[in-house]
Amino acid sequence: MIGEFFKGLFLMIWKAATDQPDPKADFLQVLPHAIRPVAAVVLSITPIMIVFPTLFAITTWLERKGLGRIQNRFGPNRVGPCGLFQPVADGLKMLTKEDIVPRSADKVVHFLAPVALLIPTLLAYAVLPCGRNMVPINIDAGILFFFAVGASTELSIFMAGWSSRNKYSLLGAMRAIAQMISYEIPLIISTVTVVMIAGSLSLVEIVSRQEGYIFDLVPRWYVFTPWGLAGFVIFLIASLAESNRSPFDIPEAESEIIAGHLTEYSGFKYALFFLAEYLGMFAMSGLAVTLFLGGWHAPLPFLEWVPSYVWFLAKLVALVCLFIWIRGTVPRLRVDQLLNFAWKFMLPMALINLVVAAVWHFTAPWSFAGAILWRWLLCAVIIAVPYVWLGRALSGDKKLTQRTYRYAD
Amino acid sequence: MLGEGIIKGMAETARNFIGSYHDPSRLTTVEYPEEKIPAKENARNFPFLVFDGSDPMKGLRCVACQICEKECPPQCIYIVKDTAKKPDYIGKLQFQPKTFDIDISVCMSCQICVEVCPFEAIKMDTNFELSNSDRFGGLLLDKHELAKSNDYYHKIHATEASEVDARLAAEKAKVDAKAKADAEAKARTAAAVPKPALHGQPVLAK
Repeated sequence: MIGEFFKGLFLMIWKAATDQPDPKADFLQVLPHAIRPVAAVVLSITPIMIVFPTLFAITTWLERKGLGRIQNRFGPNRVGPCGLFQPVADGLKMLTKEDIVPRSADKVVHFLAPVALLIPTLLAYAVLPCGRNMVPINIDAGILFFFAVGASTELSIFMAGWSSRNKYSLLGAMRAIAQMISYEIPLIISTVTVVMIAGSLSLVEIVSRQEGYIFDLVPRWYVFTPWGLAGFVIFLIASLAESNRSPFDIPEAESEIIAGHLTEYSGFKYALFFLAEYLGMFAMSGLAVTLFLGGWHAPLPFLEWVPSYVWFLAKLVALVCLFIWIRGTVPRLRVDQLLNFAWKFMLPMALINLVVAAVWHFTAPWSFAGAILWRWLLCAVIIAVPYVWLGRALSGDKKLTQRTYRYAD
Repeated sequence: MLGEGIIKGMAETARNFIGSYHDPSRLTTVEYPEEKIPAKENARNFPFLVFDGSDPMKGLRCVACQICEKECPPQCIYIVKDTAKKPDYIGKLQFQPKTFDIDISVCMSCQICVEVCPFEAIKMDTNFELSNSDRFGGLLLDKHELAKSNDYYHKIHATEASEVDARLAAEKAKVDAKAKADAEAKARTAAAVPKPALHGQPVLAK
């Protein structure tokens, strides 16, 4: 019995590691009938609960190191080799801190907010295909589910801001709501292009549509089409805003409102917020990988022997590094700039991208010589002209001049 | 064009990122407890007492005149004068402080004690690693802790110390010359026949 149990366990891990279909089946055979459904669920959840929080720990280290190097300093280098155990030290610090709740706070909501933020963030992973046969649940409307649970994070941020009874918390929460609702629209419209072309709302289906290579060289990822490229950029910018990352981190702008909705949180609850924020960022990056970067497909045909989940994680980490790079470069926007950018620039561009996707789709039957070049050119013009025009119109006639001070001299 | 500045900025940060791995001029961090940069010559924090010779207690330049104690704005110096003169490092009899305490938790590093000292006996130190687990006793330095050699003074403030040494040497030469002249004059008066003193009505110069 015990021998069979371990045999099944190792077989399952082996099958999962080598990309074979349905790794859980053999192991579930060993277990009693009654606990099989529960065991299947637990086996699906456990890897997510291990891999992504670990990635969170590594990312905090990577971020601090990367930002340090960008600012010409070392970053953490005291705990362990190259400061690698810094996340452990940070975690210990967070967990041993006193949990302070303001006397005038709404205690129940204050307690519920971090939990209510973490749960939907984790739920979003349920539909992300992390590997060839690795998706916890393959539902037909995967994208819809993803955005539905993703949108509920706004509620918990407002819960946090409201229940703290602190002006900074409330201001931060209001900013967060304004920002997330504004950027959700271009985010979803840019994914709609993918749904239009792939003809499916299932993320597994979308990944399988990006299989194969053009001339055995260029992968058929959506990012290598004009609408996909534009959509990817729009998605990336919107997902930065959606995960409250710099330069869109005005909900927790330190210089203005202390820490926004996090002001009154400390210790473990603060750690939960932090964790949820990063998990949300990973989920968004994972969705970007799935929609535009070919999901778990290898970038080149001869690299296909590498297990699929390695490619998924590699692309995800690459996107996270890009986010860190952007954070180290771009300063924070002002609230009005942020909302203007969302409504006056991102939304029109996302809508135009829908047209580009349609043009790309309906010019597919073109078969004359050099048709692909003409299709690219047409789509590029449709996207580039409004981009340049909008850019000029929005920045207006404002010329940068020497600032004159009337009173302070 | 829109986004141009962001691309330029990203290129700049990428240059910083890569440059910090191979270009020492970009990564200027000094990892403090392991490596230290020597203190600047003009640095100062708390005073110390200079001594000459090899025995710190005998060689103290301080003669317990208490000027610094009186001038110290936050009153952090405490001096008790010795009752009898004691031989210094060259055997000359000098007054010396019996107690000389500086409470560096009170000291404000103003350097006034250094400026008023006529004997070049008190100078400013550059040592800043003074953390202590006893915030009362540990920060009250007595004369044994305060006494530091002239060589140490040369090491931390080379230019200033040479000036001080030159000044002291000049003064010593002057004193020596005067002593010599006085001795000669004394010898001469002793050798000459003492003349009777002139007695007369003193005239008021008016």
